[in-house]
Amino acid sequence: MGSRASTLLRDEELEEIKKETGFSHSQITRLYSRFTSLDKGENGTLRREDFQRIPELAINPLGDRIINAFFPEGEDQDNEKSKDVNGPEPLNSRSNKLHFAFRLYDLDKDEKISRDELLQVLRMMVGVNISDEQLGSIADRTIQEADQDGDSAISFTEFVKVLEKVDVEQKMSIRFLH
Amino acid sequence: MALQMFVTFSPWNCLLLLVALECSEASSDLNESANSTAQYAPNAWFAAASSEPDERISVFELDYDYVQIPYEVTLWILLASLAKIGFHLYRRLPGLMPESCLLILVGALVGAIIFGTDHKSPPVMDSSIYFLYLLPPIVLEGGYFMPTRPFFENIGSILWWAVLGALINALGIGLSLYFICQVKAFGLGDVSLLQNLLFGSLISAVDPVAVLAVFEEARVNEQLYMMIFGEALLNDGITVVLYNMLIAFTKMHKFEDIEPVDILAGCARFIIVGLGGILFGIVFGFISAFITRFTQNISAIEPLIVFMFSYLSYLAAETLYLSGILAITACAVTMKKYVEENVSQTSYTTIKYFMKMLSSVSETLIFIFMGVSTVGKNHEWNWAFICFTLAFCQIWRAISVFALFYISNQFRTFPFSIKDQCIIFYSGVRGAGSFSLAFLLPLSLFPRKKMFVTATLVVIYFTAFIQGITVGPLVRYLDVKKTNKKESINEELHIRLMDHLKAGIEDVCGHWSHYQVRDKFKKFDHRYLRKILIRKNLPKSSIVSLYKKLEMKQAIEMVETGILSSTAFSIPHQAQRIQGIKRLSPEDVESIRDILTSNMYQVRQRTLSYNKYNLKPQTSEKQAKEILIRRQNTLRESMRKGHSLPWGKPAGTKNVRYLSFPYGNPQSAGRDTRAAEFS
Repeated sequence: MGSRASTLLRDEELEEIKKETGFSHSQITRLYSRFTSLDKGENGTLRREDFQRIPELAINPLGDRIINAFFPEGEDQDNEKSKDVNGPEPLNSRSNKLHFAFRLYDLDKDEKISRDELLQVLRMMVGVNISDEQLGSIADRTIQEADQDGDSAISFTEFVKVLEKVDVEQKMSIRFLH
Repeated sequence: MALQMFVTFSPWNCLLLLVALECSEASSDLNESANSTAQYAPNAWFAAASSEPDERISVFELDYDYVQIPYEVTLWILLASLAKIGFHLYRRLPGLMPESCLLILVGALVGAIIFGTDHKSPPVMDSSIYFLYLLPPIVLEGGYFMPTRPFFENIGSILWWAVLGALINALGIGLSLYFICQVKAFGLGDVSLLQNLLFGSLISAVDPVAVLAVFEEARVNEQLYMMIFGEALLNDGITVVLYNMLIAFTKMHKFEDIEPVDILAGCARFIIVGLGGILFGIVFGFISAFITRFTQNISAIEPLIVFMFSYLSYLAAETLYLSGILAITACAVTMKKYVEENVSQTSYTTIKYFMKMLSSVSETLIFIFMGVSTVGKNHEWNWAFICFTLAFCQIWRAISVFALFYISNQFRTFPFSIKDQCIIFYSGVRGAGSFSLAFLLPLSLFPRKKMFVTATLVVIYFTAFIQGITVGPLVRYLDVKKTNKKESINEELHIRLMDHLKAGIEDVCGHWSHYQVRDKFKKFDHRYLRKILIRKNLPKSSIVSLYKKLEMKQAIEMVETGILSSTAFSIPHQAQRIQGIKRLSPEDVESIRDILTSNMYQVRQRTLSYNKYNLKPQTSEKQAKEILIRRQNTLRESMRKGHSLPWGKPAGTKNVRYLSFPYGNPQSAGRDTRAAEFS
């Protein structure tokens, strides 16, 4: 792990990543070694297939969407496990985390979760014992609870409001045991 | 519920009758066969015929002597199994008290019956039966089902806590009791220091896993879980080593003769015994892993190899007076990783179930013996000794927990909170191990053995029942996060989504280990060990093999390009917008919420839930298969719409934009700034 990884990751890059994301030196090196171990083709980029090779993701109900989160639209590669940046706000603010989760629902990026999108995610997260009808009523109820402006869809602000009591920062953090 | 109660009681009633009947018949038979054992022969009626030549040949005879031992043992085991079935039928019970309580009760019941009918029970448990036949399965099961990755990640803390904790407890209790014995008023003056130390060591054999099932639902964190598990695993080994060592001391010397040299030798021996046992175990583990590499064609003997080699490691270590328990544990841990990959799926399942079965049979038998001793005349009740034993057990456990964890917290990145420490303290339930060791004390060296046995029994009953039953509410009380407030559907849904998301990102990042050593071991493992020990080209698990099968199936179907059947998955293409959303009544809301909660997929748990008495049905496997099948269907659907790449944009949806874009790549034109990160 140690020597091979750090020579391939240039120091300037490391510094930049560190500045943008706030990870520590050792965490970035660790992530980089994970990146290289996933990169079977050794071409410095990760493709979708590399992510699909992770067995635990295959049995995660949202696996596909999580993989898609790493890839910008249309492109097929991901350099250096890039995550994105939002200008003045810190990367891991509550609002950004909520937006990340929101985007798992909102495929068409119209900043609203429509009933269809909700149904799709519901279907992914739920077993086969629920009929479509029941799923439909669950989706309806969900929208009904959250919707405030009456457009039968959940906008980002409504989404945030519904989750105001939930400790999102803690739920969406990985513990780095180091 | 009334029906359930009825159901639980009726098999007990029937069996009670059966057992009572058998026992009464047996006692009357004993009188009969006593007459005819003048010429002891396997067939009683043959003997009867020859000793009384005028007797006609009897058409119907009863020969109980011949089958007595296996018959009664089987009956006991069956009784315990029926009790367990009843226990689980009544749904609320498993959450209330640990299953070991149930076994103790069954044992006491059988003991009462045997005592009541004045029946001479089958061979009382003796040292060789216990150590050679009853103990190895229990230890093997503990070692086999241990989750290895968290164990090795926390191995420093676990060793520190298990070894030192056991030592502190043993010596502390022993010494304190010795001081109590010095007090003339209690009439315990003849109990020497060595005897007290020995008693201390056997009473500190805890069985904390028994309570794990009780607070499983409280979602204890992985570290705490590993602490308890690790302690359970190593505790038996350490206490038995101490026990044997102290017995050797007692045999060899009178107290006055013991010199510092002996004590040093004792300590050195302790270490050698421990490490030697582990070494033996590892060697045997590797040998058996190597052998399973070649068993493709006779997969039926794979379980046999696993069990025989583990048992062999135990026996071989015992021959050299090394710790067999640690040997069999190390063997199971080493072997598991490679054997699991080599053996066929059915062998794997067989091994798991057989192991559970063996260990629960052993434990049942020990509890029955315990019950038989409880209800009997072999007691010596000494108020002072017993009360002080109880008190000291709790006090010393508290001291060891809080002191040791205080120290180890300084070195851990993930310190244990006071709440965790309280849980660990409270999980110090004594079980079958202490009883066996007490029962096997040689009477010649311990004239007051009965008192020790009584005290041990009291401690076991007390801790198992009182602590076992109250640990659940205690944990729920301490677990402040769980509130009874009902969450809205939105919250539930989104929280579950976030949990899945978090698990997914964690998996992308890979396992985080604390130790460089582990990474080095993994490299070594990959380069050398796996090549030697593992078969070539095999599927990793049923999930992966299912995935491969599905892929192959899909490829075949693609070639045929027929109508692909889509199953439960259906994307509602037309917006089925209902004119206005129906207002739902509160009952509907409740039922909807319940449907949702019960049917949502579970988040992948990193901590495998361990239940000592049961193998949980594989719900996670079923869930994984469903998810995989669904993904395959999605892939097919999108391919059916005529895309070359499965990951192309599905038709019918707008331009999908996802997160992010390459970072730090100087060739990429421009850098948008987008939201959300996950750090």
